[in-house]
Amino acid sequence: MAKRVTGPEIEKLIQLLAKVPGLGPRSARRAALHLVKKKDQLLGPLADAMGEAHRKVRICSCCGNVDTVDPCTVCTDERRDRSVIIVVEDVSDLWALERAGAMNAAYHVLGGTLSPLDGVGPDDLNIRGLINRVSEGGVRELIIAVNATVEGQTTAHYITDQLQGLDVKITRLAHGVPVGGELDYLDEGTLTAALRARTTI
Amino acid sequence: MQWNDEAIVLGVRRHGETSVIAEVMTRSHGRHLGVVRSGRSRAMQPVLQPGNSVDVTWRARLDEHLGEFRIEPLQLRAGRLMEAAIAVYGVQAMAALLRFLPERDPHPHLFEMLAVVLEHLHEPADAGELVVRFELAVLEDLGYGLDLARCAATGDTVDLVFVSPKSGRAVSRSAGMPWADRMLALPGFLGEATGAAADAQALAEGFRLSAYFLNRHVCEPRGLQLSTAREGFVQATLKALAARSAEFAS
Repeated sequence: MAKRVTGPEIEKLIQLLAKVPGLGPRSARRAALHLVKKKDQLLGPLADAMGEAHRKVRICSCCGNVDTVDPCTVCTDERRDRSVIIVVEDVSDLWALERAGAMNAAYHVLGGTLSPLDGVGPDDLNIRGLINRVSEGGVRELIIAVNATVEGQTTAHYITDQLQGLDVKITRLAHGVPVGGELDYLDEGTLTAALRARTTI
Repeated sequence: MQWNDEAIVLGVRRHGETSVIAEVMTRSHGRHLGVVRSGRSRAMQPVLQPGNSVDVTWRARLDEHLGEFRIEPLQLRAGRLMEAAIAVYGVQAMAALLRFLPERDPHPHLFEMLAVVLEHLHEPADAGELVVRFELAVLEDLGYGLDLARCAATGDTVDLVFVSPKSGRAVSRSAGMPWADRMLALPGFLGEATGAAADAQALAEGFRLSAYFLNRHVCEPRGLQLSTAREGFVQATLKALAARSAEFAS
C-alpha cells in the first residue's frame, strides 16, 4: 500500500480539483501543490471567492442563466432588445454568443437538449418557461441557437411545434463552412447545407 | 475479440471529457454500444450523428466487455436529416424503438429497413408508411407480430378492414362490423391495397395501430412511454400531408 505524503485536507483538495473539467488526478495534484505553496496570495482569496460564489450563485428565474442575482445581469440590462430572444442549450453557449457580441438580445437557457439516450425529455428542459415568456407578449423574434446536431435540431423543431399559434418569428442559426474551415475536411451534410444557404457576393 | 461491420449511428453519450459511448445498429451484430476515443473531436462529431452510416470495427479483450469502436464514415445523412422536422423526429423515433431490442441481438432485416426508411424520410407519405411498417417489424422481432393476412374469424383474405385489439389479427368487414367501435382500423396500405400511396387518414390509422400494440406489449410492461419524437414525427407527417392536400386543392 502506497504511503500517504499529505494530510487528509490536502488529499481532499486534490480529489475535488480532479473533478474539475480539464483536470485529471495528476494535474489536480500540481494545482493543489501550487495553491498550497501560494497559500496567502492564491489559496485564501480563491477559497473566499468560491465561498462567496457558493452563497450567492443562483439560476435566473426568467432565463435560466447562472448569476449571483435573480433576475440575472442579462435580463435586467435595459440596453438589450428584449423583443429578440436567443435560445441556447447551456450557459456556456450564452457566454460564447456574448463573446461574439453579434446581437444585443435577451437569452433563454434550455439546460440541455432532448436526448432519449440520456433520458432527457421535454419536462427536464426549461421549455415551459420559454413558452410562458413568449406568451406574455412583446417578443418579436426567437432565434434558436442550439448545436447543429440531430439532438439539437430535434429540440429546435420541438420548440417550434410548441410555439405554434403564437405571433413570433422563429429563426435558427445558419449551418455552413466555419471560418478557417477547409472544404476537403468538411462532411457532406455541412457542405450541402452551405451550398443551399449560399449568398451573393 | 474483434469484428468489423456496417452500422447506422443511433445516438451518443458523453464518456469523460473527450470520448463518447456510441450506440449503433449493425447489420450482423444487432444494436451495439462501444467507446469511441476522441469521439468529441471536431472530426468525429459530424460522423457520430444519428442516421449516419458508418463502418465500425469493434475491439475488446473479452466478449462481455463494452469494447472500443473505430469508426469510419460511409454515408453522412445527418446534415440532410436536420433540415426537416419530419426527418429528425423520424430518426430519433426509430432509434428509440430499436432500444427496445436486446443489445447484440442480430436483426439484419431491421438494419436493412432502417437504411431504407432513412433514405425516404423527406417524403411524408413514404416516410409515414415506412415507419409504420418498421414499427410492426420491430413488434414482430420482439415476438408480438400481427397477423394481417387473413381474417381471424372467417379465414377470409379479402375485405380485411379491422384488427382485433385482443389478438392482433385482421378481421374482415362482415365479421367485425358488430364490434366495429371496439376494433382498430386496418389501413389499406397494410392490407389489400399494398402499393397504393397512403393518405393522411390511412397513415393516422397505421400510427394508431402500431402505437396500440407497442404500448400494450412493449411500453406498458416496462413502465415506459412511446418517445416524444414519435409523437413529433406523427404530427409532422400528418401536417405535411394536410399542407400538400391543401396545395393540390387550390
